[in-house]
Amino acid sequence: MKILKYFVVLAGLLLVACSKDNYVAPSITLKGRIVYGGEPLNLEYSQVGMQLWEPGWGKLAPIDVTVSQEGTFSSLLFAGKYKLIIPKGQGPFMTKAQQGSSSDTLYVDLKDNQNIDIEVTPYYLIKNAKFANEAGVVSTTFDLSKVITDANAKSIERVSLYINKTQFVAGSTNIAATNLSGANVTNLTGIKMSVNVPTINPDQNYVYARVGLKIAGVEDMIFSPIQKIQYK
Amino acid sequence: MKKTIYSILLASLGICWSCNDDAFLDRKPTNILTEQQVWSSPDQALSVLGDLYNRYVDLGTVKNWTAISDFNEAFWSEAGQYGNFQNTGWDYGAWGAWDYGYIRDLNLFIQKCNNATALDAATKDRFLAEARFLRASYYFELVKRMGGVPLILEPLTYDFSGDPTYLRNPRAKESEVYDFILKESDDIKDKLPSSTSEKSRATKGAVLAMASRAALYAASIARYGTNTPVVTLSGGEVGIPSSLATGYYNKALGYAQDLISGKAGAYSLYNKKPDLSENFASIFYDKANNPEVIFVEDFKLQSGKTHNFTVVNQPRYGAEEEEGGRINPSLNFVQAFEKLDNTYAPLPTTNSDGTPVYYSGISDIFADRDARLAGTVILPGSKFKGRAVDIWAGYQLADGSIISGTDRGAQKVLPGKTLAEQVVGFDGPIDGFEFTAQTGFYLRKYLDPAVGSGQRGVQSEMWFVRYRFGEVLLNAAEAAFELGQKDLSAQYMNSLRARAGLTKALTANDINFDRIAHERRVELAFEGHTLYDMKRWRIAHLIQDGNSISPTELNSELDKATKRNTQPYSLWPYRIYAPNTANHDKWIFKVVKLTRVTGADRFLMGNYYSRIGDDIISNNPKIVRNPNQ
Repeated sequence: MKILKYFVVLAGLLLVACSKDNYVAPSITLKGRIVYGGEPLNLEYSQVGMQLWEPGWGKLAPIDVTVSQEGTFSSLLFAGKYKLIIPKGQGPFMTKAQQGSSSDTLYVDLKDNQNIDIEVTPYYLIKNAKFANEAGVVSTTFDLSKVITDANAKSIERVSLYINKTQFVAGSTNIAATNLSGANVTNLTGIKMSVNVPTINPDQNYVYARVGLKIAGVEDMIFSPIQKIQYK
Repeated sequence: MKKTIYSILLASLGICWSCNDDAFLDRKPTNILTEQQVWSSPDQALSVLGDLYNRYVDLGTVKNWTAISDFNEAFWSEAGQYGNFQNTGWDYGAWGAWDYGYIRDLNLFIQKCNNATALDAATKDRFLAEARFLRASYYFELVKRMGGVPLILEPLTYDFSGDPTYLRNPRAKESEVYDFILKESDDIKDKLPSSTSEKSRATKGAVLAMASRAALYAASIARYGTNTPVVTLSGGEVGIPSSLATGYYNKALGYAQDLISGKAGAYSLYNKKPDLSENFASIFYDKANNPEVIFVEDFKLQSGKTHNFTVVNQPRYGAEEEEGGRINPSLNFVQAFEKLDNTYAPLPTTNSDGTPVYYSGISDIFADRDARLAGTVILPGSKFKGRAVDIWAGYQLADGSIISGTDRGAQKVLPGKTLAEQVVGFDGPIDGFEFTAQTGFYLRKYLDPAVGSGQRGVQSEMWFVRYRFGEVLLNAAEAAFELGQKDLSAQYMNSLRARAGLTKALTANDINFDRIAHERRVELAFEGHTLYDMKRWRIAHLIQDGNSISPTELNSELDKATKRNTQPYSLWPYRIYAPNTANHDKWIFKVVKLTRVTGADRFLMGNYYSRIGDDIISNNPKIVRNPNQ
């Protein structure tokens, strides 16, 4: 009996953990949006990436920050002085020089939760996208606006209407798409497109839709906001 | 008592003595060879060289079945690999290489071999040329994957001053690395034997084949790099000026012609067997007097150096081991093979009115195709190791309903019968059932027909071909085409295509970029060329553009080099069960997208050159990053 008691006491001792040697988890949130004219840009999920660098100690390696479909990002970090950069060739936009600097590097002095909007200039914007559903066909009307018109201007490769079962709608995740090649886009306003809704298994009475624009020579596409479309 | 113990201890102290015999303590280690010993005889030095040969790096090889069959030329029928068909592409770090330890060992070998006194001049020359060949080969591997890299040609030594920064070297230009490879090739080619029987050591043939490939790669990067201006670096570490293209194409053609005209020995196309498909498959397993093969990684049974490519890819039914069938060539790839009259056509599964085409034999649908198809792919109705494969997806009844099973060779009772019978092949295809032919096809290329090759305990001694005469002909054809010599190009293409049984010769007017790219795709499939060809022509981002493929699109534009290939499709044979009708026991085929294939691959601009690790850049800030990452 005594032996059993000792065992219980011993086992109890083993269960005690100490918190002294554990690392503190990062706790400060850096949140923000990629914006143009105060409006966030609509992008493809997990395709546009930014990098956070914290120079000063250890070997240099970036913390990757990916931008969501709605143009937002967030990262849980330690306090510190960070440099936020958008690597060359990322995103359907051109970066802007930051205040008081010739480069587009954004210096972030992170002490507390922080919200930042990164102002960029997209090559194009998709505006006034309206979606309608009739008898298994999703149709849309939208306008394009060419934002960069100087020497850096780029032409339209194609415009695509995507629909998907879930709210992740893009070239890689869709159940149906129609394409309109850039050569056929003569008038930038009132463009009409439609796509047939295929049979969805298991059945659901809604789809998500949005329009994407592929800019010639730029990898990432720019999109209209996602719209949920009910039918039946 | 105590006294006795003390006195014994004291006495024993007295009889302990130490020795001062140098010969006794200073012994030579028995598990390591000293430098002196290594360089005291050619045999010892050769074993060091053998180690360097063993460390030769290939991307796609029989030692890595996934790397050799990537890019949706095949579906991977193994549960653990399905994720690769559900994601959307490749990591920036994919295909990276940065083994400067290997380069250091090669440089040390060259330095010490130069200083060696116990080797005669001829041996020394050959060893040196071989080491330089291996070094050039590895720089070629690096430049293909990473772009320009630091060219380190001497073993670096640290002076222990506490400041190693003087050992930091910047990246060379991409063109400088290619120039180095070509210059080394010129230097060493005549110091190596012109022997067609030597396959696993460097020969003059191997050097010429490497040089023609390297010059061709540099040329096409120069020419087609203009299509992707974002894939360049201002310092030239990535990207080659287009003005250099013609020069490189001329060199590529020159090296290839040297080899074709027999300056490095009598290499020729393998043409020993009357059955053209069997003949094509034999190139890779016939190790006796094979005139086509130039340079290989060799394997030998019971020597510790064997590979299990046949074990993991053999047809599952009646296999020598309870596994196999991993690489399932896709319908996209199978359809790429031309008809014998040089036309491109999808496999006819339906008539124009949408009704299925009925075939009386299961392999009739593949009739009149390029013989390389059956030489590369195990088709339904064909044989491996004398045993017919059992690939069929089920019965279709007169009313169009399907009777099939969820296990290999499952049995069910057909309507009007009383006994259960087999309703699906022992090799599948069954959706989501690993190790069966889920696409309806198995791979044949590099499968070893020797008995025992499919056993884990035996494995295979089939060699992996790094350079062969067929590729050299294609290098020559491509270079000639790019230089405007279409007649010459057609001539090289035709000699290769005649072996594939294609009946109509191509004329100069038939030759275009798509033809050349297509010929490489079907001739060199599953030999580790796909990635590098897509990259150097700068069409990888067009082929793998991240959009899914529709069944109608699958059958269109078969002749285009940039045809989308983001998802593998399948072709499933069904047997008709409709007794007393004309179509009873005939075969129909259905185009299927497997349920495991949900993603569509996208090759990003940042994938053109692999990511250089942050640890490397931290150690050496002179290294510039690759573009678009």
